[in-house]
Amino acid sequence: MEEKLALFKNRKRFGIEKNIDIIFKNTALVLSSFVAIILLGIVLVVFFQSFESFSRYGLKFLVTSEWNPVKDEYGAFTAIYGTLITSFLSLLITIPLGVGTAIFITEDFVPKVFREIIGSFVELLAAIPSVVLGLWAIFVMEPFFRASFVFLHNFFGWVPLFSTEPTGRNSLLAILILVVMLLPIVTSIARDSLNQVPKKLRNASYGIGASRWKTIFSVILPAALSGIMAGVLLALGRAMGETMAVTMIIGNSNAFSWSLLSPGYTISSMLANQFGEADGSQVSSLFYAAFVLMILSLVVNIFAQWLVKKFSLKY
Amino acid sequence: MNSLFYQKNSSRNIGDKVFTSLSLICVVIAILPLIFLVTYILIKGGAQITPELFTLEPNPPGDDLDAGGINPALIGTLIITTIASIIAIPVGVGGGIYLAEYSKGGPFSRFIRFGVNVLAGVPSIIAGVFIYALIVSTKILFGSMYSGLAGGMALSILMLPTVIKTTDEGLKLVPNELRYASLGVGASMYTTILKITLPSAFRSIATGVVLGIARAAGETAPLIFTALFSYYYITGFGDLFYEMGSLAVLIYNFALEPYDAQNKLAWAASFILVLSILSVNIFSRILAAFTEKTKRV
Repeated sequence: MEEKLALFKNRKRFGIEKNIDIIFKNTALVLSSFVAIILLGIVLVVFFQSFESFSRYGLKFLVTSEWNPVKDEYGAFTAIYGTLITSFLSLLITIPLGVGTAIFITEDFVPKVFREIIGSFVELLAAIPSVVLGLWAIFVMEPFFRASFVFLHNFFGWVPLFSTEPTGRNSLLAILILVVMLLPIVTSIARDSLNQVPKKLRNASYGIGASRWKTIFSVILPAALSGIMAGVLLALGRAMGETMAVTMIIGNSNAFSWSLLSPGYTISSMLANQFGEADGSQVSSLFYAAFVLMILSLVVNIFAQWLVKKFSLKY
Repeated sequence: MNSLFYQKNSSRNIGDKVFTSLSLICVVIAILPLIFLVTYILIKGGAQITPELFTLEPNPPGDDLDAGGINPALIGTLIITTIASIIAIPVGVGGGIYLAEYSKGGPFSRFIRFGVNVLAGVPSIIAGVFIYALIVSTKILFGSMYSGLAGGMALSILMLPTVIKTTDEGLKLVPNELRYASLGVGASMYTTILKITLPSAFRSIATGVVLGIARAAGETAPLIFTALFSYYYITGFGDLFYEMGSLAVLIYNFALEPYDAQNKLAWAASFILVLSILSVNIFSRILAAFTEKTKRV
C-alpha cells in the first residue's frame, strides 16, 4: 500500500484540492487524538479534584470506614471492600455458568438452530439497561430470595458472611444481579474464543482416542484460555464500575459488615447516592473514591488487553 | 474384541455424560433468570401502557392515585441521545478514518487504539463525574448547572469508543483494490475516502453506531448528576440548558419511591426502553446478517 501511494506523491494537483486533502487528513488526526485527550482529561480532572481529600487523609482514606459529613471525617473502606467483594464473588459464580453455557453452545449437543437461538438470546440480554435490571431486582428478585436468605442465615449463621439477619436489600442480592449482568459478557466472549480454536486440534484429540470432555478440558479450553481470561477481566471491570443495578439493590449503608446479608456499599453506588447533594470537602472525598474506582478499572482493563496481546492464539 | 464397541458403563463414557448434563444445567441456570427478566418487563410493563402515558407529565411522588405520564422523560431521552450522537459520531468516524486510512501502525495509532479500548472500559459513572467537574460545577455553559446538554456530553464519552471501533474495523474490511483503483484514476485521498471507502463500509459502520446509540439510550449513571431529572414538559430550545428528565433516570427515581403509582410508571418506562433497545438490536442484527450474505457472493 505504502509503495503504491508513494507513486502518486510527485503528481501535480490543483492547489485547492491539495489543501483540502491536507486539511482532511489533519482533521481526522485531531479527531482521533480526542480519545487520548478525553482519557487524559478524565484522569487529570478526577485526580486534581480529589487532591484536597488526598492530601488530608492520604492512604488512610482507603482503610477507614468513617463517612461523616458533619465531622468532616471521610474514609471509603466500606465502599472499596463492597466493590471488591461484590465483583469478585459475582465473577466466581459467573465464570462456571458462563463458560459452561459457552461450551454447550459451541459443542453439537443440540441442533445448530437451538444453539444459535440460545446464543443470540444471551447476547441480546447484554443490551438491557442496568437500571431495568435494578428495577427487576427490587420487585422480583428480592421477594423471591427472601425466604432462602432467612434459611441461609439460620443454618449458616456461624459463617461470618451470613452472620446478620436478612432485612430487605443486601450485598448478596447485588452479587446475584451482577451475575445476571455479567453472564452475557462472559458467555459471548467465551463462545467466540472457543469457536476460534481450530478444528484440527479437536480432530487430532479425537483421533488419538480422547473422549469429548477429555478433549474439551485438555485441548479446547487451554487453547481458548487467553480469550476467556480476557473476557473474564472485562467482566470484572464492568462489575466494579457497575452503578445502577447495584445501587438500587445493595441497600446503601456505610456501616461496615462482613456479612453479605446486610446492606452494603460500593464506590459507584456511593457516588450515585451522594454526588448530587454533596458540598465542601465531601465532594473532594467523593472524587477521591472515584479516583480509586478509576484506577481499579484501568488496571483491570489494561491487564486484560496485555493478556490478549501476549497470549493470543498462534495457530 | 469388546473394546471395539461402545461401552455404556466405562468410566470415560459416564464421565462424559456427567459433564454434558452439567453444562446443560449451566445453560438452564443462565437462561432462566434472563427469560424471567424479559417476560416480567413485557408483562408488567406492557400492562401499564396507556395513551395518556405518552402525553402527560409525571406527577410528583406522594400523589398516590395517579402518577401521570412519561412524556418529558421520553422526549428528554431522545434529545439527550441526539446530542450525544451529534458529538460522538463526527468525532468517532473522523478518528476511525484516521486510524484505518492514514495511520501506518506507528506508536501514535497504537496508542489511540489502546486508548479506545481503555476508554471503553471506563465505568460509566466516571464519565458523569468528569462532566460534573468540567461542566456542571463550573457553570461553563452560560451559567447553567445541571442540563440536558451536559447529560448529552457525558453520554457521548461512552459512545465515542464504540463509534471509533466500528468505523476502524468497518473500513479495514474494505478491500485495498478499491483504494488502489480510485487513487489510480487520479482521485485524491479524501475523495477516495469520502466517495469510495466510506460508502462501501457504510452498512457495517451504521450498524455499529446504531447499536452504540441504543446502548447509550439506556445509560443512567452518567445522567444522574449531569442532566438530573425534570417533571415538566420540554417546550423549547432553551430547555436544553436546564435539568432534563430521561427514561433511565425516571426508572431509577421512581423505582425507589415507596408509592405504587410511581413504581408502575417505572415499569412502563422500562417496557418502552427495553422494547425499543431490543428492536433496534434485533433489526440491526438481521441487517448485518443480510449484508454478510450478499457480500459473500
